Amino acid sequence: MSTSELHASRGPILGRLPVVSHLRKSVGLQRGMLVAGVILTGFFLLATALAPLLAPYGYSQLSDNSGSFPTQQAPSAKHLLGTTVGGYDVLSRVLWGSQTAVTVIVVSVAMSLFLGVALGLLSGYFGGWLDRIMVVIADAIYAFPSLLLAIVMSIVISRGQSSFWGGILACSFAITVVFVPQYFRVIRAETIRLKAEPFVESAKVVGASSLRIMGRHIFTNATRTLPLMFTLNASEAILTLAGLGFLGFGIEPSSASEWGFDLNKALSDASSGIWWTGVFPGLAIVLTVLGLTLVGESINDLNDPRLRGRRRAGTKQLKAGKA
Amino acid sequence: MTVNLGTMSDKSGRAVGPVLDIDGLKVTFATDSGDVEAVRDVSLDVKPGEVLAIVGESGSGKTVTAKTILGLLPETATQSGTVVIRGHDVVSVTPAAMRQIRGRDVAMVFQEPSTALNPVFTVGWQIAEGIRAHSAHGHRVSAKEARKRAVDALRKVGIPDPEVRVNYYPHQFSGGQKQRVVIAAALALNPGLIVADEPTTALDVTVQAEILQLLRDLRDQYGTSIVLITHNMGVVADLADRVVVMYQGDVVEEASARTLFAEPREDYTKRLLAAVPHLGRQSASEGVTKRLHQDGKVLVEAKNLTIEYPGRLGRPGFRAVDDVNFTLSEREVFGLVGESGSGKTTIGRAIAGLNRVTGGSLKVLGYEMLNFKERTFRPLRKDIGFVFQDPAASFNPHLSIGECVAEPIVIHEKASPAETRRRVGALLESVQLPSSFAARFPHELSGGQRQRASLARALALNPRLLIADEPTSALDVSVQAKVLELFRDIQEEFGFAALFISHDLAVVDMLSHWVGVLYKGKLVEQGIGSHVMGAPQHDYTRRLIASLPVPDPAEQALRRAEHRALLGT
Repeated sequence: MSTSELHASRGPILGRLPVVSHLRKSVGLQRGMLVAGVILTGFFLLATALAPLLAPYGYSQLSDNSGSFPTQQAPSAKHLLGTTVGGYDVLSRVLWGSQTAVTVIVVSVAMSLFLGVALGLLSGYFGGWLDRIMVVIADAIYAFPSLLLAIVMSIVISRGQSSFWGGILACSFAITVVFVPQYFRVIRAETIRLKAEPFVESAKVVGASSLRIMGRHIFTNATRTLPLMFTLNASEAILTLAGLGFLGFGIEPSSASEWGFDLNKALSDASSGIWWTGVFPGLAIVLTVLGLTLVGESINDLNDPRLRGRRRAGTKQLKAGKA
Repeated sequence: MTVNLGTMSDKSGRAVGPVLDIDGLKVTFATDSGDVEAVRDVSLDVKPGEVLAIVGESGSGKTVTAKTILGLLPETATQSGTVVIRGHDVVSVTPAAMRQIRGRDVAMVFQEPSTALNPVFTVGWQIAEGIRAHSAHGHRVSAKEARKRAVDALRKVGIPDPEVRVNYYPHQFSGGQKQRVVIAAALALNPGLIVADEPTTALDVTVQAEILQLLRDLRDQYGTSIVLITHNMGVVADLADRVVVMYQGDVVEEASARTLFAEPREDYTKRLLAAVPHLGRQSASEGVTKRLHQDGKVLVEAKNLTIEYPGRLGRPGFRAVDDVNFTLSEREVFGLVGESGSGKTTIGRAIAGLNRVTGGSLKVLGYEMLNFKERTFRPLRKDIGFVFQDPAASFNPHLSIGECVAEPIVIHEKASPAETRRRVGALLESVQLPSSFAARFPHELSGGQRQRASLARALALNPRLLIADEPTSALDVSVQAKVLELFRDIQEEFGFAALFISHDLAVVDMLSHWVGVLYKGKLVEQGIGSHVMGAPQHDYTRRLIASLPVPDPAEQALRRAEHRALLGT
């Protein structure tokens, strides 16, 4: 891909933001996928932001003025999605759960992003023994099943117990350890490629220091795959978090709501015909992951001019006037 | 090199009339920024046994036209008009019929032979693939038969020992031989027409001469028509019977080769021809009898310089530069010529500290590069400018031109932002770019403008030494002419010493006072430019100069006859 294609339009800042610019150049099915992904993700983020307003009860609320909530009650006017075996309101738990999910995504992806990018730049640029050691470590981490690694990390960090932040940090650290090698590898490969580019050599000839070359010339050009990795890893982070919760290494229901934990508690309900305790948290996980994956995959296809669909020549562009 | 005569049985029955007839061809591409008309209205025809050259600069639509002939356009293209090959209209036939036409009636020779061949199959298999794909009379061609015909095809294009070589893999052939194999694959089914898209651009001059001779022999002996797509006017003068000049998707002029070069009609053609460097004209060292600028300080001195690239485990390293001696003094322009792999770029990069020197001595501004340490060399970097080959790749696409040009100033001097901006503006103006270009991004400039900006960056700190590594080989001829002129003017104005590296003898001769010829890492000859070009001493230099086609059909025909013995054709 030539660099000129990367910056086909240097318009206003809004038009250059990752998802917005992709939306603009998509057509047909690819656009449909992207729009569906954006809508699903939008719902997810909206639920996060408005959980305190939307949720009828708190995530750990077991009673209100009219007394304790009934347990395992089918959906009714008072509890729109029913209640769990522990007496929690399912709708409230699902809505509050999105908040936990977003926090874990942001913390874990941010940590793995910074660490992975920094290590990848250093390793790729300097090479030699440093590079070899780091690659071996990254490979070793790859060799572990990621959920097993996450469980080990969560035990190490919080000794299995959990407060809100303790649980979230434990999950985030566990996910970070799994993700850092991914960012590390991508950035390292890009760095090695860019290191041989004439514009990096021309910076060397001019006398730029290694730090300047890495920061100003390589980093800015190596990050084009990051929006894609961010969305794909976000969905993977939710799955890991849910997996941890499901296995009982998650966050206690009194400190935060967590979909995986609720699924675990709904396990015994499934055989006795109580469907609402399992279906709704499960649906929340599936739709969120689907939304993020659709966005990520669409960005991936749209970034590659060979995969990107285009209008046939001769048909008039709909947005030609506006753009 | 002789070409053996094969059978000419199926040629005799061919009807006389154009082999290819293109009428009103129009091709439009859908891109992110709307539709682009690559070819507007092209009409041309090719007669049997004729070599038609389509020339034009990049973006003129010549390659798109060639691809249309074989139906190789991508999905994003829409085409109208007719392209008739032996009665079939290529634009409207079904894909299945198109597959029959390809190979049987028309074949293609690609620019880069090393990527046109599949590395995991033998060349014999790849030639036979085309033969077996066309089971013309309803029965399959047996593997043995296909192999026999592949051997014949290889023999036709002058590959020695074709019976043995048919089982070789592409990497076992040299670049020129690979192009012969590609041509053999194109010839396997005796098509009446071959489309050759820049067939010699990726090859060295001496190899180019051989391939051109091969194409000429094919035409003379088999009556094959050739559509030659090229930007090199020397190649056109050497091979073409008739020339079509294209500009921005339109045919500007069509004439026989001799007429076109002697009396171009259109302004565009005149300008194009005037811009082509012609060996022996406009020499920078015309009438010079003694090496110039020897009174100044010596800036670069190489003594028995050796540069080796490390080999794989247990194998000896590759010696890219072998025992080279030269000096470069203040204000002097040293031209370094050689073919690919001759070590010319390695020397340039070693002077700039991008490659390690492994033996002998290389003194750059008094610094011994043999014990090179980035830390101690960095202060000297402000006195060295470097212009890279590909202006598109040598700018960081995320920084504006202004930021790129300011980089050396920011690194080496503590100038205020306002002062830096002022100096960047002045630099851009000195390379004839408006200072408002500082705000633009590299992709918003054309190739020639980018190379000017690249020159501005190299000159930012007023260096004493400038290394230019093939600075014009990625540019179109007319742009090249302007950049070379600018380079010459600026060198006189700023008075820096320059090492000018190029594979193009004519370009080197236009700029350099002193010329060195590199061959396989050795400096085989050096001397005053006009002397080296006019009366070469070393055998290799003679061969190199004889191989270079001059952009004048009459003169080139004479040269070809004259140099026949030297070129071994």
